[in-house]
This record gives sequence, C-alpha cells and structure tokens, in this order.
Amino acid sequence: MKVNGRQIVLLLYLGFLLLPIYWLVNMSFQTTEEILGTFSLVPEKFTLANYRMIFTDSSWYMGYINSIKYVLLNTVISLSVALPAAYAFSRFRFLGDKHMFFWLLTNRMSPPAVFLLPFFNFYQTVGLFDTHIAVALAHCLFNVPLAVWILEGFMSGIPREIDETAFIDGYSFPRFFFTIFIPLVKAGIGVTAFFCFMFSWVELLLARTLTTVNAKPIAATMTRTISAAGMDWGGLAAAGVLTMIPGAIVIWFVRNYMAKGFALGRV
Amino acid sequence: MDLTWMEWTPITAYFFIFIGCTLAVMTVWQVLSPTVERKGFLPMATTRGDRLFVGLLGGCYILLAFIGLSEVSLWYALAVALAFLGGVMRFG
Amino acid sequence: MEKWDDNKAWFLVLPVFLVVAFSAIIPLMTVVNYSVQDIMAPGQGIFVGPEWYREVLHDPRLHEAFLRQLIYSFTVLAIEIPLGIAVALTLPSKGWKVSACLVLLALPLLIPWNVVGTIWVVFSRPDIGLAGVTINELLGIPYNYTADPMDSWLTVVIMDIWHWTPLVVLLCYAGLQAIPEAYYQAAKIDGASRWAVFRFIQLPKMRGVLMIAVLLRFMDSFMIYTEPFVLTGGGPGNSTTFLSQFLTKMAIGQFDLGPAAAFSLIYFLVILLLSYIFYTVITNLGKGVAK
Repeated sequence: MKVNGRQIVLLLYLGFLLLPIYWLVNMSFQTTEEILGTFSLVPEKFTLANYRMIFTDSSWYMGYINSIKYVLLNTVISLSVALPAAYAFSRFRFLGDKHMFFWLLTNRMSPPAVFLLPFFNFYQTVGLFDTHIAVALAHCLFNVPLAVWILEGFMSGIPREIDETAFIDGYSFPRFFFTIFIPLVKAGIGVTAFFCFMFSWVELLLARTLTTVNAKPIAATMTRTISAAGMDWGGLAAAGVLTMIPGAIVIWFVRNYMAKGFALGRV
Repeated sequence: MDLTWMEWTPITAYFFIFIGCTLAVMTVWQVLSPTVERKGFLPMATTRGDRLFVGLLGGCYILLAFIGLSEVSLWYALAVALAFLGGVMRFG
Repeated sequence: MEKWDDNKAWFLVLPVFLVVAFSAIIPLMTVVNYSVQDIMAPGQGIFVGPEWYREVLHDPRLHEAFLRQLIYSFTVLAIEIPLGIAVALTLPSKGWKVSACLVLLALPLLIPWNVVGTIWVVFSRPDIGLAGVTINELLGIPYNYTADPMDSWLTVVIMDIWHWTPLVVLLCYAGLQAIPEAYYQAAKIDGASRWAVFRFIQLPKMRGVLMIAVLLRFMDSFMIYTEPFVLTGGGPGNSTTFLSQFLTKMAIGQFDLGPAAAFSLIYFLVILLLSYIFYTVITNLGKGVAK
C-alpha cells in the first residue's frame, strides 16, 4: 500500500482523537489501586468490578434511569410539536414566518445560564422542582427549535408536487401527513430524534440546577464524584464509558447526517 | 396562579405591554399594506419587521453603552435610541 | 421552491410557539423584572432602575470574563477552522475508508459534554493521565492544569479543539463532496497546481459551509459551560471562568438576583446579535445558490 503525506496527516489526527478515549476505556477496566499505583498502558489486572459497582449501587444506576427518563420525555415532546411546525415552515408563507423562524433560532443559541434563575424560581413555585418533567420542559427551550430547524431542512428537500398530487387524489391533510409524508421524511425524523436525545443527554447546567435527589441525572452524579475526597477513578471512568454508549450505538446510522444535524439542517 | 416569583413591577409591565402593542400594530400594518423587501443603508435587504428588530436591538446597545461608558441621564440615551430606531425604520 | 401563501399554517406552528414561549418568553420577562429591582424577599422588590446594569457593566471581573471569553473563542476558531479544512482535504473521497473515517471523526461529537471533561481530566492529570505523565516525566516539562493558570487554559483550548474540530471537518467534507468531478478534470487539463486547485476551486465552493462552521463554532464556544466546569471548575483562580461560568456562580452560587439578571440580559443581547448575523448569512447563502 502506498502511504503518502496526506494519509500520515490523517492518521496522526485520528490518533489524537482516539488516544484520550482509549485512556478512559483503559482506566475503566483497572482497579483504583492500579490506576494510582502503576502507570500501565493496558490493564494489567483486567477487571469488570467498576461496571459491577455501577450496576449494583443505586446512587449510580438511578442517575442513568433519571437521565433516560427526562431525555425520552423531552424527545417525544420536541418531535411531536416540531413535526407539524416544520411542515408549515417548509411549505407555507404566512404572517411573521421568517421572524418566528429566527426567534426559534435565538432560543437554540442562547446560553441556558441566562434562563437559570427564572427556571429555578418557577419550578420551585409550581412544585415541579426535582421532577423529570421539569428538566424535560426546560430542555424544550433549545431542543424544540433544534428539531424544527433540522426537520425543516429535511422536509424542504421533498418536492411539493407530492403534496399536491395527494391532495388532488382526495387525501385529507392528517391522512396525507401520517401515511405519505411522515414515511418520506423517516430518515430526517430519526436524525432529529437522535439530535434531541443527544443535546438533552449532554446538557448539564439546567439538569443539575433543577434537580436535587429524585431526578438527579448521571452527569450530576459524575461531577459529585469528582469533587468528593478519595476519588473513585475506576468508577468514574466506567460511568463515562457507559454514557458514551448511546452515541456509539447509533454512530453508524447517523454518520452521513452529522454535519446536517449540527448545522441545523442547512448543509 | 401565583405570580410572585416573577416579581412584576408596573414599569416592566408597561414595557411589555408596549412591546406587545408594537407587535400588534406591526401585524395590522402588515395585513393592511404588506411590506416589500428593500435595500437601505443596512448591508442586507430588509422588511419592515427586520428593521424594527434591528432598530430595537441597536437601541438596547445604545442604552447599555450610555450606562457603561457615561454618567449622563438615561433620558438622553433614550432619545438617541429612539432617533436610531426612527432612522433605521425610515432609511434602513 | 415557491411556497403557498396561507396564514392557517399558524395552527401548525402554534404548539411550538406555546411550548417555546412557556420556556423562553416567560423566563425572559422574569429576568427583565429581576434586573430592575432589589429583591430582598419574594414579592418585596424595590425598583432601582438601571442600577444593576451600571454595577455589572462597571464590574472589572465581568470585563475580565468577557475578554477571556473573546480570546478563547477567537483562539479556538483560529485553530479549528484551518485544522478542519486541512483534515477534510486529506479524507479519501470514496470507498469503505470514507465510512470508517467518518465514524471515527464523529465519535468525539457524540460524547456527552461532561464526559468530554472527564476524559480530559483522566487524560491530563499529572499523576494518572497519559498526557500528564508523558509531558512531565518523558519531556520533563512541568505541567499541572489544576495549579497553573496557563496550563489549565491551554488544556481547555486543546479539549475544545479535540471536541469540535471534527464538526468543522464534517462540514468541510460535505462542501467538498458537492464539487463536481468536472472541475478537477478541467483544472488538470490546465495544469493547475495543488494550491491553485485549493485556492480557486475548493475554497470558493466551501465558502457556504465554512461560514456556517465559523458562526456555529463561535456561538457555541460563546456559551461553553459544561466542559470547563468539569475539567477545571473555572480555576485555578479565574483563569478559565468564561461568561456562562461567571453567570452561574453569580446566580446560583451567591444568589444575587438583580446583578445576575442584568448580566443575563446583556449576555442575551450579545447572543441575539450573533444569532441575527447567523440567520442573515444563512438565508442569503440560500438565495445565492438559487440565483
């Protein structure tokens, strides 16, 4: 095989990407004594104890369950309100459509820190503090706009003649939308769901602030371990590896849509 | 519903009523005589709503600049901001 | 594509409007309310006008955080964009290797942000991290990101490059894929150099995606919170306290409602301006293609 300069650059870069991830995985299979005691590039005493600890200690595995609950809740809410809206933006011109579309973008772009205080006070007042629904609703702030923008990008790629033909054939709007249109944008919906899942899964600030015990997400559990004395590095590494799994599972399916998703459907 | 947590005061309430009325007026105006995109001194073609947004946003920055950089009364700043808004609406 | 004129479309948008209004407009109004009052106890605010804005705008810590944020954002942009273009140019154009490379490249983007922080904690700690130990013991350079402000700042920058350059690569690659083969053949016939191909074919064709990449990276780096929070917690000192960290400390740490709200609004105005630029650029890009 011919190796040229370009391939060397690429390989070096991929090495730079993978090395830190490898180190985390490596550490998750080591005992804490080995991590602190000997500097080893591969686990000398390969152990699954860290993973076992996470799956048996409720303060750890409840973190995953809480995160999954509010993330799924958020994904469902975001998708169900965003689908009709994205259709409207991709097909119709209406009063204030551009301004509405822009306003959605500002919410995707605004830092969650800005909304921290009112969210905190609001959810305290209505008694939703430390519940999954509170975090799910708070995450709608950026996930609904994201879903609308990405879906609009996918839907605009579908020719309008399909709609016209269906309506001439006597389809009602709901029937057309659910039996013809949704199957056509299947890929787009999958990608959007993935990105909603992802951005809610990775958000830490709101999730951490709006919860204390009952809905405490895994991300907050992990930061608590960092600040505690006598750190359990192996457990932390294993928890980190486990949170990467949802992304790792779907990576193959979304590889061609990553750019589109991050660029809000604009590429 | 208990709104204490929002800490309303009359002044901010008037402010938001004013914003709401502005939007309502803009909507009615749009229905009566739809806007046409045009190119003014701003670098891109704008509609009436775009110019209102640019004017208001610029006005906010003018107010902040006055607060941050000088000690003069904010009424002067408000006058400058309104003049900017008018200028953008008319010539932007 | 010509769109239909129909104001009934508002009924389709209404659910989105309600959900987002609930979590955006009402909080924003509340922030405005907080920012003009001195609130000792709930319901007992005293109107203080622009006092908090004056205090925040004259706060040297805010100036520092803002400056630090700007330097940080421009630094990561200045490195990520050229590096992203360079890597995108080295990617193979077809075959199974493309898929393999895309999957590997996408990996950092799919890692939860707090885990990105964790990865870099365990990677660069001087006692247990691969990079930390290597730099300290093999290269003999004293490096400790938890104690030295410069080291910590550099670590955060490198972490951001590690995390987000793949996005620039993927965007640029999408732009490169859209160039028809005929362009390259024409260049070959003209005997164009590698640099000329890049300068006069590839770069102009990537202009659109590059604009998106620059703006997106700038805005996202402007609201960075999670990764530095996990890695350094804003320290040592204030060396990695960016705007979001600063605001969060003020709002939740000290519970200074008034100043935190005033600062939130100023922060929001900056983002609003950036969003408007982003939106205008994107819409005009679309028009440029249609012409």
